[in-house]
Amino acid sequence: MGRVVLVTGVARDLAARFARHLADLAESGSDIDKVVGIDVVPPPGDLGGVKFVRADIRTPVVAKVMAVEEVDTVVHMGLVPSQRGTTVRGGAAKEFNVIGTMQLLAACQRATSVRKLVAQTSTAVYGTSPKDPAMFTESLSPRGGAKTGFPKDVVEAEGYIRGFARRRPDILITTLRMANILSDQVVSPFGAYYQSAVLPTVMGFDPRIQFLHEQDALNVLSESVVDDRPGTFNVAGDGVLLLSQTARRLGKPILPLPPIGFGATASRIVRSMGSDIPPDLHRLLKYGRVVDTTALRDIFGYEPMFTTEATFEAYRHKAKPGVFAMAGGRR
Amino acid sequence: MSNDDFRVENSPIGTRGKAGRGNAKVSPSVAARSLAGRSAAPKKPVKKANAGGRATANRAEKKPRTAPAASKVAATKVHSQVPGASTGGQTGAPRLRAVTDADAQVAATAAAAEAASRTRTATAVPLAAGIPLDEIFSAILQGAQRVLGDDWEGRLAAILSTIRRRVTGDFDVDVFGFDSHVTDIGIAAIEPLAEKWFRLEVRGEENIPQDGGALLVANHSGTIPIDGLMTGYAVRKYSGRHLRPLGADLVFTMPFVGQMARKFGATLACAEDAERLLTTGEIAGVWPEGFKGIGKPFAERYKLQRFGRGGFVSSAMRAGVPIVPVSIVGAEETYPLVGNVPSLARLLGFPYLPITPFFPLLGPLGLIPLPSKWIIEFGEPIRTDAFPPEAADDPMLLFNVTDQVRETIQQTLYKLLVDRGHAFF
Repeated sequence: MGRVVLVTGVARDLAARFARHLADLAESGSDIDKVVGIDVVPPPGDLGGVKFVRADIRTPVVAKVMAVEEVDTVVHMGLVPSQRGTTVRGGAAKEFNVIGTMQLLAACQRATSVRKLVAQTSTAVYGTSPKDPAMFTESLSPRGGAKTGFPKDVVEAEGYIRGFARRRPDILITTLRMANILSDQVVSPFGAYYQSAVLPTVMGFDPRIQFLHEQDALNVLSESVVDDRPGTFNVAGDGVLLLSQTARRLGKPILPLPPIGFGATASRIVRSMGSDIPPDLHRLLKYGRVVDTTALRDIFGYEPMFTTEATFEAYRHKAKPGVFAMAGGRR
Repeated sequence: MSNDDFRVENSPIGTRGKAGRGNAKVSPSVAARSLAGRSAAPKKPVKKANAGGRATANRAEKKPRTAPAASKVAATKVHSQVPGASTGGQTGAPRLRAVTDADAQVAATAAAAEAASRTRTATAVPLAAGIPLDEIFSAILQGAQRVLGDDWEGRLAAILSTIRRRVTGDFDVDVFGFDSHVTDIGIAAIEPLAEKWFRLEVRGEENIPQDGGALLVANHSGTIPIDGLMTGYAVRKYSGRHLRPLGADLVFTMPFVGQMARKFGATLACAEDAERLLTTGEIAGVWPEGFKGIGKPFAERYKLQRFGRGGFVSSAMRAGVPIVPVSIVGAEETYPLVGNVPSLARLLGFPYLPITPFFPLLGPLGLIPLPSKWIIEFGEPIRTDAFPPEAADDPMLLFNVTDQVRETIQQTLYKLLVDRGHAFF
C-alpha cells in the first residue's frame, strides 16, 4: 500500500499544477499511490490523475475524506490572499484561511493515518513595517503590519500549526513560507498589480521586493512531500529588486500617490484599468519585505534555481510591454 | 519662389548683416571692394579648391543661394546670373548701380568660396542664412573635450550608457537596498559642502580598515544628522570603501528620507542587520547616542550622552570585527539647538522639534547649516576577536567595552576642540 496525498485548494492554479505533478510521480512508480485534491469549486483545468473531491475544508467533511481515503500526507495549499477573479476574495478569505486551517488540522489530529503535514504559508507572516530588519530569518517575529488582512490570517494559521505540532509530535510538519510568486501561469497579487498600465506607488517609498519562481515553489513542495524535511523554511528567490526598478524594466509609468489613503485610491485607479491591487499589497508597496533563505539551503537542502531578478525577467518576457518599453530599448 | 528670394527682394539692402558692408546705394561692400581690386576672377575657384579641398563647380553655383549674409549685395545678382557666370557681361539690376558686372561676378564666386569653406562636410544640410550649424557643432565638440577630457567620446558613451541603464532599471541593489551609483553621485554632491563649507579635516584615516568588517562608533550631534553624511564621505574618500550607516527606525518611516537612506546604504540599527553587515565584511557605522545626541541643547555640546544599551559591542563581538571610535567635532555648531517644543514634537511623532537661532525665524533659510570647522578623527581600532565567543553574552564585559569606547571618544573630542580653536574661523 503506497502513500495517499491530500492536496487542499486545488482549484487554484499552483495547487492544481502541484497535484498533477504528484499524480505524474505516482504513475511513474514512486511510493505515492494516489493523489486526492479537495476544494469548494471544481478546478478550471484538467487535473490529470488526481482524484478530485468537492468539499469545503471549513466543515468537518474533510475529516471523513481523510478517513475514507486513508490519507498519509496532507499538503495544505489553501492559505491564500484574497484576490479578485479567484474563488477566495473579500471577507471569505479569512474564513478560508483561518477556519479552513483550523478544521483541516482538527481532522488531521483525529486521523490515525496522517504521518506528514506540508503547509504552504507565506512570508506575509513577518508583516511589513519600517522597523523590519533588512532580512527576516525564520526565528524572527513580525514587528508591524501583521495586524490585519492576509498577514494576520497567516500568523493565526501558523499559530494553529504550532499548536497542532505540540499535540501530535509524531507528525512531520514542514512549513514553507513562500515569497510572492510571480509568473504568467499563476494568479498572484503582484501578477495582478503589474498588469495595470500605470503602476501606483506610495510617494516617497521605494520598497525592496522579492519574488519566487513557480518552478522553485513546486520543487520545494514536491521535495518536502517525497522526502522528509521537517521545519519552517523561507522560500524566495535570491536578491531583491526595487519597485521602481521593476516598473522601469516593464517600461510602465509609475504614479506616486500620497501615503494617506493610498490603498483606496490606488485600488480605484487600477480597477478602472481592468486590473486589481490585492489589499495585502497596499502596505507591502510601502515598506517591502525580504527574507533570508539560508535555512532553505543549509537545512532543507534546496538551492533555488531562479533569483528574484531571473523570476522577474521570465515574467517580463511573457508580459505585455509597457508604454515606455520601446523608448527604453530593452529586448 | 523660396523665402530667401522673397526676403532678398523685399527688404532694403544694407540693413542687415555684418558691419562694413555696402549701403547698397553708392558704395560696394568691403568684401566687394577688396575683391574688385583683383581682376583674375577665374583664380578664385582654384584658391577655394586649395583651401576647402572639396569644393566643386556644382557647389559653387548652388551655394550662393543660401550663403550666410556675407555679401548680400551680390546675392541678388547671383540668382539671375550665376548660371551664366562664366560668360559674364550682363547688365546688373537697376538697384545695384554702383557695382560693376565684374565686381558682382567676383563677389558671387567669393560668396561661393566662403560658403564652401564653411560647410566642411558633404552631408551637412545648409540651412537658412545666419545659423552657423557647424560652428555650433564644433563648439559643442570643444566644450565636450574641455569638460570630459581627451577621451571624451568614450566618457560620453559611458555616461549615456549609465543613464540608459538607470532608465531601464538595469542596475543592481544589494539586499539592504544599497545602490552604489546613487551613493557615489550623492558623495560627489556633498563634497563641496564638506571641503569648502565645513573645511573638513580628517585625522587617523589609516585606522579605517582596508578590508574586512569593522564597526565605526561615533558621537552624534547637530540637530540634523549631517555628521553621518560627513563620516560616510570621509570613509569613501580616504579608504575607498562605502560606509553602511545604521539608522533609527524613524528614518525609514519618513517618506523620501527612508528611501534615500536605503539607497545610500543605510539600514535599520538592529542586531540582525548589524551582524549581517559585519559578517559580510562591510564597514558599518553606528551613532549609539541616537536622538539623545542630536537633540541635546547647544549648552551641552560635546558632552557625550548615554551610549544606548551597548548592543553595538555585542554585535561587533559576535562578528569578531574591530570597533573604530570616531570623534566628530564641528557638527554641534551647524544647527545650535537653543530650544525645543516637546509637546508639538510628541504630537507629530518626532523625538524633538528644534528651535535654532535661525530655524523657524528665517524659514527654509534657517535650514542652511552654519559653516563651522569640522575635524573627524578615526581612533585606533579596538579588537574584539580576542574575546571568547561567550563574551557577547556577558553584560558586564559589554558595559566595560562600551565605556572604553565612550571614554576614548570623549577624550578625543576635548583634544580636537583645543586643536580646532575657534568654531567658525
